Amino acid sequence: MTTRWFGAPVQRVEDDRLLRGRGRFTDDIGEGALECCFVRSPHAHARITSIDVNEARAMPGVAAVYTAADLPFGGLDLPLLIPHPNLTHGRTQRCLASEIVRYAGEAVAFIVAESRYLAEDAADLVQVEYEPLPVVITPEAAARAEHLVHDDVPGNVAAEMVQEVGDVDEALAEAPHRKRLRYRYERGAASPMEGRAVWARWSDADRKLTVYDSTQSPTSIRGGLAVLFGLPESNVEVIAPDVGGGFGPKIMLFYPDELLVPYGAMQLGRPVKWTEDRQEHFTAVNQERGQVHEVEVGFDDEGRVLALDDDFIHDGGAYTPYGIILPIITAAQVPGPYRIANYRVRFRDLYTNATPTSPYRGAGRPHACFVMERTLDAIASELGIDRIEVRRRNLIKQDQFPYDVGVAWQDGNAVVYDSGDYPALLERAVAMLGPKPNGDNIGMGIGVYVEGTGVGPYEGAHVQVLVSGKVVAATGIPSQGQAHATVWAQVVADELGVDVKDVEITSGDTRRFPWGVGTFASRGAVTAGNAMHVAARMVAGKAKQIAADHLEANPADLELAGGRVRVKGSPDRGIPLAAVAVLSNPMRYAFGGGTEAATQFASKARPGPPLHEGEQPGLEATGYYSPPGSTWASGCHAAYVRVDPKTFRLEILKYVVVHDCGRVINPLVLQGQIEGGVAQGIGGAFYERLAYDSDGQLRNASFMEFLIPYATEIPPIEIDHIETPSPLNPLGVKGAGEAGVIPVGAVIGSAIADALGVPVAEMPLSPLKLYELATSRP
Amino acid sequence: MKVNEVEYPAPADARRLLSDHLRHDLGLTGTHVGCEHGVCGCCTVLLDGNPVRSCLMLAVQAEGHELTTVEGLARSGAPLHPVQQAFHETHGLQCGFCTPGFVMSVVGLLAQHPQPTAQQIEEGIAGNLCRCTGYASIRRAVTRAVELSK
Repeated sequence: MTTRWFGAPVQRVEDDRLLRGRGRFTDDIGEGALECCFVRSPHAHARITSIDVNEARAMPGVAAVYTAADLPFGGLDLPLLIPHPNLTHGRTQRCLASEIVRYAGEAVAFIVAESRYLAEDAADLVQVEYEPLPVVITPEAAARAEHLVHDDVPGNVAAEMVQEVGDVDEALAEAPHRKRLRYRYERGAASPMEGRAVWARWSDADRKLTVYDSTQSPTSIRGGLAVLFGLPESNVEVIAPDVGGGFGPKIMLFYPDELLVPYGAMQLGRPVKWTEDRQEHFTAVNQERGQVHEVEVGFDDEGRVLALDDDFIHDGGAYTPYGIILPIITAAQVPGPYRIANYRVRFRDLYTNATPTSPYRGAGRPHACFVMERTLDAIASELGIDRIEVRRRNLIKQDQFPYDVGVAWQDGNAVVYDSGDYPALLERAVAMLGPKPNGDNIGMGIGVYVEGTGVGPYEGAHVQVLVSGKVVAATGIPSQGQAHATVWAQVVADELGVDVKDVEITSGDTRRFPWGVGTFASRGAVTAGNAMHVAARMVAGKAKQIAADHLEANPADLELAGGRVRVKGSPDRGIPLAAVAVLSNPMRYAFGGGTEAATQFASKARPGPPLHEGEQPGLEATGYYSPPGSTWASGCHAAYVRVDPKTFRLEILKYVVVHDCGRVINPLVLQGQIEGGVAQGIGGAFYERLAYDSDGQLRNASFMEFLIPYATEIPPIEIDHIETPSPLNPLGVKGAGEAGVIPVGAVIGSAIADALGVPVAEMPLSPLKLYELATSRP
Repeated sequence: MKVNEVEYPAPADARRLLSDHLRHDLGLTGTHVGCEHGVCGCCTVLLDGNPVRSCLMLAVQAEGHELTTVEGLARSGAPLHPVQQAFHETHGLQCGFCTPGFVMSVVGLLAQHPQPTAQQIEEGIAGNLCRCTGYASIRRAVTRAVELSK
């Protein structure tokens, strides 16, 4: 196999239409559809005493107003997506609340009208009376349990889980040094530039439901809608068209609109569309990252960690639709790239009166990394050892792979690192960072991390060579900007020996590929990428078989290159792939495009029936890839920052990244993923804070006050790669989507602490927070 | 009002946002709406050659003015505008949602400063949010666009 495309910085094939303004985002389609708007709870916790929608229903231009009482599924709890034995008190919301609301922004009524303008007018006419209830807003308050979010959940505890490797109590007792530390990480918001949107059409004649959804998982949406509406899955089509960023929250399902928009379309016999506005996105779309960790670490005189005991609480929000995946990931990822023989982790997933949580890029890992890296800094400080040296002494060595951490992973398997070279990452980053610049108030921060990527259960792909010689391929997982159409084309083009421009990819359209899971957890390259590889290889094998008959050659002597199947060593002896595609389908009727070559009097006689037993027509194949376990990517980030001692303005002087995601499919795309991830991490570390008040109101639900960095806040980022291929999959790849973001909080926190000499044990920071830390110093 | 050199009547509904009018009345859906409060810049269009937020204007306010949207930069089938081409070459876009706004801002920037300094580039793109790229590739795109525009 030639590897002409794999590894090359191929420019993206999806750019042209996006640059011309011809992208197809959900709100761009469906002209003439009815438009919708929600009535949402203004209270974080309240009993609904009455809902009056009569005036809204009577308003001209209003097609329907739905409350829970109007829905056949109004009394159903929405699905709990990932049940777990430790999730003893899982709770999910109903599509529309009718009795209790448990977060500000929870949906209460849904209005369908001729336009969004009219729907919003009608929303103003809906009268909902509430009786406010006590609010639980921080994880600490949830743990105190003076008030309950759910009456029937004692202590606000949705789940509790304890895992232990080695004997932590004994190791702590024998450790020469012990230290207790407390870390606090606040909620963040992914804030993709496109909010969520859903468009649906019901065809009564075909009994077919078509849904466009700005989702990370159209195949799962399809499955759920089929169950809810009692339709065969083949009668439900779900398409994630162009999706304007996801970063996690769009993997959550079902948001109420994902049921209400299709339901409305079925009831009203007209296409229905709902497009979120930015303000409702802030409260109605899942968030993540709120955790408080109580850590005790035991270490020796050289700074080697002997035992780590971490007891943390996780802010689950008002409901647990996504199960306890986030704290499970945190628990698994705290040890990171370090050898910790004795490790105990206990978590409690707690209910609060805030928007539910589910993964946001990094998903449990930035907080885990922050805990471990700040703890290593504390050890270095206690012993007077250089921070880099402490890391050197604790890193897992290259000859220790596969490395079993001894705790459970999010897929139920054990955490076993497949490959990596952590010392090389560290040394490369230190070399790239170089000497500290001269000047006052300059600090250095460094962090090493691992990332479990490419979780299962599986993805699949369909690859077909058309009679034109062009190739079409499809997979179930959608793109939110990750360049699927380019990188899958590279994988397929290599196997089929064609130009990457001759491969057209469809992703996230159940009409083209109905099976699969979704785009999340840095899994696309590993799962769908390898499925593309598997399917394309099957097509290549079939092409060789057919060409071998035609060329009277042995299939093993053939290769695919230059758009032809040809005899190795005799490139002139071959047949175009287009002709092979024609021959793959024995025909009675030619339909143009050269297909006459496959008709009964034109094709060469082959003994037996035209289609041999076991053969299928068409030069196509469907392949699947199901990973045996996660692939573990890794990296090291380091930075120099300067903090103004008066204004506490942050200036990032230098930021370096050394990253290892196994074999790199497209370095241009990878660079973009890393740069974007770091920028998101910087936002989360210093600018973006969700300011909930004690009543559970989000006080800064706009981009004017929730400060996503502009270009002016993001420094140039220097990136280098090492490649330790994963032994677990044919392509040797690992995921890269979340890598950029994971250690940024730890690195920036460490650098700021170094610059100012203040203790940093929380995220996010801000000028105000630094002022408080600096002025409260003893 | 004139949009991409075509004359259109003003909308009847006085409260209709210019962004909604462009997208849903004229079908020019390349102009995106990311926040509807003038911060993200996804809805940036040129009003008489200057970048403006179309979500902060009522459509009727555009009467008598000339608008250019991203669709007006390169006709169908024609090569990309140099700024669009530069974004392509430098991987200056990922999901593509903020991209039309950035492209229009950069077109406006280069009209004002054909040879922008690094500082002018920084300021020229500092009114648009991107959540995917981290801006590094967008800075490279502006530099490349200057080269391609020569």
